[in-house]
Amino acid sequence: MRSKEGRKLKVYLDYGAAAPTDPRVLEAMMPYFTEHFGNPSSVHSLSHKAREAIAEARESVASLIGAEEPEEIVFTSGATESNNLALKGVAIRNRERGNRIVTTVIEHISILNVCKYLTRQGFEVVYVPVDQYGVVDVGRLEEAVDERTILVSVMYANGEIGTIEPIAEIGEIARERGVPLHVDATAAAGKVPIDVVREKIDLLTLSSNDLYGPKGVGALYIRKGVKISPIIHGGGQERGLRSGSENVPGIVGMGKAAELAREEMEAEAERLTRLRDRLISGILERVPESYLNGHPTQRLPNNANLRFSYVEGEALLLSLDSLGVQASSGSACTSKTLEPSHVLLAIGLKHEEAHGSVLFTLGRDTDERGIDYVVRVMPRVVRRLRAMSPLTPKELLR
Amino acid sequence: MDHFLHPRNVGEIPDADGVGTVGNPICGDMMTIYIKVREGRIADIKFKTFGCGAAIATSSMITEMAKGKTLEEAMKITRDAVAEELGGLPPIKMHCSNLAADALHRAIEDYLKRKGEKK
Repeated sequence: MRSKEGRKLKVYLDYGAAAPTDPRVLEAMMPYFTEHFGNPSSVHSLSHKAREAIAEARESVASLIGAEEPEEIVFTSGATESNNLALKGVAIRNRERGNRIVTTVIEHISILNVCKYLTRQGFEVVYVPVDQYGVVDVGRLEEAVDERTILVSVMYANGEIGTIEPIAEIGEIARERGVPLHVDATAAAGKVPIDVVREKIDLLTLSSNDLYGPKGVGALYIRKGVKISPIIHGGGQERGLRSGSENVPGIVGMGKAAELAREEMEAEAERLTRLRDRLISGILERVPESYLNGHPTQRLPNNANLRFSYVEGEALLLSLDSLGVQASSGSACTSKTLEPSHVLLAIGLKHEEAHGSVLFTLGRDTDERGIDYVVRVMPRVVRRLRAMSPLTPKELLR
Repeated sequence: MDHFLHPRNVGEIPDADGVGTVGNPICGDMMTIYIKVREGRIADIKFKTFGCGAAIATSSMITEMAKGKTLEEAMKITRDAVAEELGGLPPIKMHCSNLAADALHRAIEDYLKRKGEKK
């Protein structure tokens, strides 16, 4: 398919899957690969620099989420490990108190699969449903939290449909019942302001790459006093909660990324929200029978998830890619399984609707020119595939 | 990729001699193949597909492969032959070529059934 607009643009709109490391972050990391390579646990002077750098990074990450003490931050290898540590760590440590874990149907796979594992270990997991916009049913959650409940885990915002959850409200309920609340903030951190104290969050998962830091680093905030066991044992690094010699350059990078996110978040969120809405309204106006998945306003500034009737998401993605636009799909055929997205099914979409969805995640390099290009090519891309589809009503092709 | 971006034989044949529809809602694929038969050969063939890139490419490829063939020859086109013509498909996409082969075979069976009924 040739672009009628002449020159093909390169428009990357898959920041949710992977973001480039900010050059300022990379610059901050570099000395820790070479000059300051020391192990923070060593006694000699070369280790000082590494120790100081980790302490600084810890402060920076703590301050991004309003944590009171830097020591409440534990560095990990990423969001998946943080989620594993939060769930398994709290479950194992509190086994005597009860065996119920309350979570939601739209959590990330690194929560859901840990829950499946814990179920096999004898824990009982309750999955709270969401409404058509993906907002957690707080009433049902409240009912599910009983005296045997040892943990509530709800994501801050859903990375696929962008919906932001009422965390402060859930935090209120959990705190009142004396049950720790874990929040997976992988998609939300650096996009929207998070305050673990005000929102009564006890554990919070963060990923470095989602803050434009390096991949392979993450963190778990663990409020002072929360009882948790380590899942990785060894030399007792990270207050015994995450053994293994520290990934110093990675941690420094995450610290720098958190610092930049804190400074630039407000302006960037405003800019991205404007571009996001331009993309959403542009496509909805120009493509008949297209719909927005997720909440219209209570959503991440960088997330636009759109659904197109009668066509399949992966075919849309390949068509867009041939025009230089890189997006993602919640749909089966791009992932390793053939199942449609559990999130799209949870908000009540039918299988074929879930299959026809495209996820655009915007980022630092996204600009108006790129967004306008996508809005221009989208009607043609959808129309071409609809003309091929046996499901398309004849009227639509006229 | 070429068969996805520039698929051959897209469309319907209103007065088709045989029509075969197969669907796999799990992967979100659905395919219809229309054939026109003259003197025991596939004179014309068209398809409509709802599905991923591989599903569209395999539909396009199988219509190219079947065109002009006798019904016996066309019945012998397997999913592996379609995948091979496309230069291979990843294992998770093999069901797409399976689907294309099934749709073609079903269209031929439909033609034979209609012919049988006329007699």
